[in-house]
Amino acid sequence: MTDLTSLSLAEARDGIRARAFSAVELTQAHLRSMEAARALNAFITETPQHALAMAREADGRVAEGNLGALEGLPLGIKDLFCTRGVLTTAASHILHGFKPPYESTVTANLWRAGAVMLGKLNLDEFAMGSSNETSYYGPVLSPWRRRGSNVDLVPGGSSGGSAAAVAAELCLGATGTDTGGSIRQPAAVAGICGIKPTYGRVSRWGIVAFASSLDQAGPMARTVKDCAILLKAMAGHDPKDSTCANIGVPDYEKALTRDVRGLRVGIPREYRIDGTPVEIDALWARGAQWLRDAGAEIIEVSLPHTQYALAAYYIVAPAEASSNLARYDGVRFGLREAGSDITDMYEKTRAAGFGREVQRRILIGTYVLSAGYYDAYYLKAQRVRSLIKRDFEQAFEKVDVLLTPTAPGPAFGIGEKSDDPISMYLNDVFTVTVNLAGLPGMSVPAGLSAEGLPLGLQVIGRPFDEETVLRTCSFLEEAAAFKAKPEAWWRAVA
Amino acid sequence: MSVDKDTVMRVARLARIAIPEDRVLPMAEELNRILAWVEQLNSVDTSGVEPLTSVVKMDLKRRADKVTDGGYAGDLMANAPLSEDNFFAVPKVVE
Repeated sequence: MTDLTSLSLAEARDGIRARAFSAVELTQAHLRSMEAARALNAFITETPQHALAMAREADGRVAEGNLGALEGLPLGIKDLFCTRGVLTTAASHILHGFKPPYESTVTANLWRAGAVMLGKLNLDEFAMGSSNETSYYGPVLSPWRRRGSNVDLVPGGSSGGSAAAVAAELCLGATGTDTGGSIRQPAAVAGICGIKPTYGRVSRWGIVAFASSLDQAGPMARTVKDCAILLKAMAGHDPKDSTCANIGVPDYEKALTRDVRGLRVGIPREYRIDGTPVEIDALWARGAQWLRDAGAEIIEVSLPHTQYALAAYYIVAPAEASSNLARYDGVRFGLREAGSDITDMYEKTRAAGFGREVQRRILIGTYVLSAGYYDAYYLKAQRVRSLIKRDFEQAFEKVDVLLTPTAPGPAFGIGEKSDDPISMYLNDVFTVTVNLAGLPGMSVPAGLSAEGLPLGLQVIGRPFDEETVLRTCSFLEEAAAFKAKPEAWWRAVA
Repeated sequence: MSVDKDTVMRVARLARIAIPEDRVLPMAEELNRILAWVEQLNSVDTSGVEPLTSVVKMDLKRRADKVTDGGYAGDLMANAPLSEDNFFAVPKVVE
């Protein structure tokens, strides 16, 4: 039998349906590859017993002929999704020992469709980071290395564990969350696909909140089709999230026609940024050429406020985070440090529980929301955000989708950027605008850097038009024919 | 607008995060770098532009004001660092 872990999620689904292998066999194969990959530190918590129990139940349903859309398919879950009775940490010490008494809507939807949970995946603490280096549980290593080098690289972030686990074939797919690029940027640097849906497409209920007006969950997997299958299962109206849209979820798999004839594709000129590596620009031009050759119309468009997006983001996101993270006070769950009085207890608990980047963002957020500064910072940023959103609305009068690079460069080394917050923030320069405007965006692997590292292209669509995004990406996937895989060096280490 | 040591102490107090004495000045410098970087927004003309309140046009949904959930105090208390008789216990706040 071929190695079950190298199947795509769609192939594994079809194999289960054809009874070519059982859910237990498929799960065991993934548990073995997960165990052999501990050097990557992709998982915070492995749940093998849980996985096998779920797989046995899936096999029971297969025997009855009562299959869900994801029956028996092993997935990894970013440890930002609350999972009932299973440690949920947000990669923060402050959630020490927290076992939620409830299940997030997204994971509940996945289990209802028959999926199997392998474990909880590492991430940047509270999803604040672009390299997975701020995790209390240590950095995740990318399965990828530069050609001829053994230097450890970052897997991107904040969904770094998800990206590494999918790229290293430890799971068929994973959940991610994306506040400023945290699905798309790690997907790009790890050579996989990832889609951030429209704000409101997927319920946020039961996901540890970072910045509530920007956060959105989505799937990460090795193919566009796998993402389409997972997104359909994750999405849908949820009365428990008042911002979750009450509109139907299309069958995304049917959208993957790869037909781009007549499609109007915008190339935003402001995304040509000084200092972007030549190979990124070349990849972008190649993507546009593939589309043109296949009958799409390439149109240069302008998004004039792009250059202000990161600065607006680094006011809005910390402001919302400072408010969301106020709940971690050592009273109801998680870490508590003893104090001389209640305020002392709060201050010591939060000092011990939050890492350096999280503290920095809480303080920035508290400052910009504090008396006398609210108008100058927060309201100003929200006005700029209106302009960024308007830029997109005007562009989408002329085009159906936008094509951009996903990240400004390939994966970098562990520790290379961690001393300089602003240089780290710049990793999200091409992705953050999409969150500020609430749009769907997807990254698809499109080529390798000179050093043999994956590079991604991003497709941005109109609100709730994930179908056109997926269709365009299904074309780019076929045109790029990205087949590279990382060498499994981690197995030797384990 | 520059953040000094006193401002860091005040903001840290508002955020309920204890900052050790030797971290106050470095933190002020870190915050100043980030705030200096976001100052670039001042060069954007936003006169007449409303601040964004919702990225996707939607009316906030309403539901009947009825209890629809609950009755599992034990579950909710299970993660408490300290509790007594289904109450969260904290250091004394009233003398």
